[in-house]
Amino acid sequence: MAYYESVFIARPDITPVQVEGLSESFKTIVSENGGKAINDEYWGLRSLAYRIKKNRKGHFVLINLDAPAAAVRELERNMRINEDILRFITIKVDALEEGPSIMLKNKTAREERGLRDGYGRDNYDSEIQQNKSASAPGDVE
Amino acid sequence: MKSRRPFFRRQKSCPFSGADAPKIDYKDVKLLQRFVSERGKIVPRRITAVSAKKQRELSRAIKRARNLALMPYVID
Repeated sequence: MAYYESVFIARPDITPVQVEGLSESFKTIVSENGGKAINDEYWGLRSLAYRIKKNRKGHFVLINLDAPAAAVRELERNMRINEDILRFITIKVDALEEGPSIMLKNKTAREERGLRDGYGRDNYDSEIQQNKSASAPGDVE
Repeated sequence: MKSRRPFFRRQKSCPFSGADAPKIDYKDVKLLQRFVSERGKIVPRRITAVSAKKQRELSRAIKRARNLALMPYVID
């Protein structure tokens, strides 16, 4: 079996509880086809960078899988049929991430700073700058 | 003596090599954002000094992020 990360975007007008139900149903599909859903992550209602089916926002969910190809095929087939799913992507990874993904880490970091703004770039950049002396793409030329 | 060249190029090193370099991940939008132009285009590696291998990885990550609407295809 191989490791996969599956992310899907659900319609914004369904409730977080329904989103939870959706990811549960996808997880059962995976286990019924001989795979294992290791864990799932709800990223919340995020705004989309561009409109998908006239929606500006969407519920993002990440599911980490250890499953055979057949289970992934079945999972994707179901996502394609489900009208609540705006988009999905399933990516094969060498190893699954331990603990919360970068998305949740960034989110909690932002909340700790008190939701000052949407983009905490200044803070993040200084953090990076400590690690390396290379220049950011913006300040060359 | 050509000690002062008109275009001094300082030593650049790949931001993704080294001990504590960030991992390229399509979910890390904040990191990827630094490698796209204001229009949302991927910045060439001759400007960002990313190594060829990492640039391929990076562009793959950016394209995945675009597909998931985490990043825009175009900003206009």
